[in-house]
Amino acid sequence: MSEAAVKPNPAAPSLAVRHLSKAFGGVQAVRDVSFDLGKGELLALIGPNGAGKSTCFNMLNGQIRADSGSVSLAGTELIGRSPADIWRRGVGRTFQITATFPSMTVAENVAMVLMSQRHELFSFLKTAVQRHRKKALELLDLVGMTGQADRPCGVLSYGDLKRVELAVALGNEPSVLLMDEPTAGMAPRERIELMGLAARLVRDLGLSVLFTEHDMDIVFGHADRIIVLSRGELIAEGTAEQIRSNPLVLKTYLGEGQIYGRKEG
Amino acid sequence: MSVYLVQFLSGLASASALFLAASGLSIIFGVTRVVNFAHGSFYMLGAFFGYTFVREVGGGGIGFWFALLLAALAVGLVGLVVELVILRRLYKAPELFQLIATFGVILIVQDVALWAWGAEDLLGPRAPGLTGIVRIFGTPMPVYDLALIAAGPLVLAALWLLFNRTRWGILVRAATEDREMVAALGVNQSLLFTGVFVLGSMLAGLGGAIQLPKGGADLLMDFGILAEMFVVVVVGGMGSILGAFLAAVLISLLNTFGILVWPDGTLVLMFILMAVILVVRPTGLLGRPETAGHKAEAGFETALRPAGPHYKLFIAAVLALLLVLPVLVGEFYLILVIDILVLALFATSLHFLMSTGGLVSFGHAAFYGGGAYAAALLVTYAATPFELALLLAPLGAGLLALVIGWFCVRLSGVYFAMLTLAFAQVAWSIVFQWSDVTNGDDGLLGIWPSAWASGTLVFYFLALVIAVGGIFLIRRVIFAPFGYGLRATRDSTLRAAAIGIDIKRQQLVAFVFAGAMAGLAGALFVFSKGSVFPDEMSIPRSFDALLMVLLGGVESLSGPFVGAAAFTYLHDELITFEYWRLLLGLTIVALVLLFPQGLAGAAKHYLGRYLKLEAEPTGAAVTKREVREA
Ligand SMILES: Nc1ncnc2c1ncn2[C@@H]1O[C@H](COP(=O)(O)OP(=O)(O)OP(=O)(O)O)[C@@H](O)[C@H]1O
Ligand SMILES: [Mg+2]
Repeated sequence: MSEAAVKPNPAAPSLAVRHLSKAFGGVQAVRDVSFDLGKGELLALIGPNGAGKSTCFNMLNGQIRADSGSVSLAGTELIGRSPADIWRRGVGRTFQITATFPSMTVAENVAMVLMSQRHELFSFLKTAVQRHRKKALELLDLVGMTGQADRPCGVLSYGDLKRVELAVALGNEPSVLLMDEPTAGMAPRERIELMGLAARLVRDLGLSVLFTEHDMDIVFGHADRIIVLSRGELIAEGTAEQIRSNPLVLKTYLGEGQIYGRKEG
Repeated sequence: MSVYLVQFLSGLASASALFLAASGLSIIFGVTRVVNFAHGSFYMLGAFFGYTFVREVGGGGIGFWFALLLAALAVGLVGLVVELVILRRLYKAPELFQLIATFGVILIVQDVALWAWGAEDLLGPRAPGLTGIVRIFGTPMPVYDLALIAAGPLVLAALWLLFNRTRWGILVRAATEDREMVAALGVNQSLLFTGVFVLGSMLAGLGGAIQLPKGGADLLMDFGILAEMFVVVVVGGMGSILGAFLAAVLISLLNTFGILVWPDGTLVLMFILMAVILVVRPTGLLGRPETAGHKAEAGFETALRPAGPHYKLFIAAVLALLLVLPVLVGEFYLILVIDILVLALFATSLHFLMSTGGLVSFGHAAFYGGGAYAAALLVTYAATPFELALLLAPLGAGLLALVIGWFCVRLSGVYFAMLTLAFAQVAWSIVFQWSDVTNGDDGLLGIWPSAWASGTLVFYFLALVIAVGGIFLIRRVIFAPFGYGLRATRDSTLRAAAIGIDIKRQQLVAFVFAGAMAGLAGALFVFSKGSVFPDEMSIPRSFDALLMVLLGGVESLSGPFVGAAAFTYLHDELITFEYWRLLLGLTIVALVLLFPQGLAGAAKHYLGRYLKLEAEPTGAAVTKREVREA
């Protein structure tokens, strides 16, 4: 186990992660990671490039299979289930590199989720054009994308794609949301705006959120709690204050040649 | 006991030529990402060249082997020309175009070989000094088989040395693993590609040449070996040379022993082996998981929109024309238009799979022919009435698609394509060989519609209603939630899985639906001609469908119809020439190089500037450039 013992969150956890491990060939990408995601909590998972953050996400939503460990969603074991199954149980996600349907319009991207949620995807004769449009527009309104509802996703700017992904992830009213670098690849102002929006939305909806982020201003500004991953292992856990002054964390980032968070300290 | 040993050795001997050809295919694919369909033709050319060179220079023990090497070099030269003239321009194009272009090469080679070596099967020359037989515990075996047995491992070792001990070989290996990185290292990439293509071609040529004393040379070798090579590559694991060797040995042994145990069932055995391996190890024996995002189709970044007013008008005009056609033209043209309608439905079903599903099938004729045979068998053996047979044929084809698709959707991209081709070849072989039931090459005859529908005029309207109805149904499905879900799996498997879409199930259902629609077209076909032959299930027929889709343009929903008409016209024009395959092949290659969007695609691209070909999106304004019509 890592040095920083994992304190279970006092509130009933939405997601209880225990002893999660994954190796790719010889690379131990994630090693014995355990943590709780509390109900309504905004938990940040930080760590240098290649620390294993995305791999953790991929195990949580079933996209890759963990070598060992368990993930429990309100008592249901998630390891071994397909991504589709896990999504139906209320775990939504966004991707580090956005994944949308480029040949569909923004509104259709959101409508896809609604069709899937309502088990309509094997309907051959109804029409999907304009289907669930009203609900889709409502969701797009949340992320400020109604103005571009009828543009194909293939031509959107990166920041707008991130917004669409957020609407898509919220489409089936998940209880847990995994956001892998929600603001990556965006200009600083846009980042702040988008993260502010995301944080407001999930708080309003009462979601439990696990997110990763390289921008420390955003992490310290929004996370209720932070866990730190380094070379696949959890090395620290705590509030923004605790993390900022944790010598091990500082060393990890300095050792990797990355000096985030320095301007505050 | 010794019988088994000799059988074992004989299996090893036939594995060598197969291994040589398949390793060439694998190496070319590894570096250039092109599945060279003309690889079987290179193999065939190797045999023909070998035949000629052995006669010209092949005197004596040394001369014979020298002649075989010359044959390999000659095929390498052919490969060089093909790479420089055609493929080099297509590396960045969607894979479909590369495949169609190499299919054009197959046709060209077929006719050139016919012209140069004639239609007769050529008996292979015997290797001087190796003409005798040895007795292995009393059972005779050709000495040349021993030479063949040695050839496989020898080439395997030579390739290993090449890829592990030479700078060029290590570069090739690096390029197989990470193309971007090698490009970044400043390696002359086009030179590397050319070199690899020539090497792969030479291996195919050598494979064809060394099997001469055993198998001779004939004009059917190309497709025969192609399907076997695909099986070897899929079973061995794409990109793995050792895997190709193991798979070639495994399959050859299965063949030789299968003949002892179950003479009529060797194909079924191969089918079972392939199926079992793919279920247990989807990446093949030694293959690595394919890198994500490698698709057999170009990205469709433009949105699909329902038809706009001008487009609807156009369709209505075409339909009106088809309705009054019998008044305007004679019976001869009506029959021609029936052909077009049947092919249009067939091509549309494939187009649906390709464009909406991103699933490029190279064996779609299995279901077209499957439907035709289902109808013909029902009529022949169960005296099924015409109307019922027409109804049951798509179900039969759908069932076949369910069985084949169940395996195929486990793979994606070119692996999917190769597997569909291999399965289609198996289906063809079964129909071809199982002559007790299917009458083999002689086909099933006398399959006519009921009396009420037997006149050309009535049958024309029947075909019109069924084909147009089928095409509209497919179009409807594309815009139904099912079609959207399918397109979602094509656009982004990651996102599709993350919003609860069961990708494999969506794809399998699409495969079955497309198969059933192709089967419906096949049933129409058989009743319009009164007979069916194994050709309707063959690889060339699958390529006809791909060609129609390509002629019409992949991105245009009306493309298959245009493509079917253009294809029928082309075919009828060309068939009058003795070397029509050559002309068709050249036309295909020229079309691919000149008209990458297809005919309908090109027409719409230009007309779309002036006409409303697609529905206006509701809500916010969208610039015209962003959406392309359906
Ligand atoms: N599919 C894979 N195959 C092999 N190795 C992988 C795979 N995915 C990740 N890895 C390796 O696992 C380690 C962790 O990668 P991961 O993507 O989880 O890191 P990350 O923390 O998300 O990094 P980043 O901040 O750059 O997104 C890295 O060494 C990476 O190279
Ligand atoms: Mg990451």
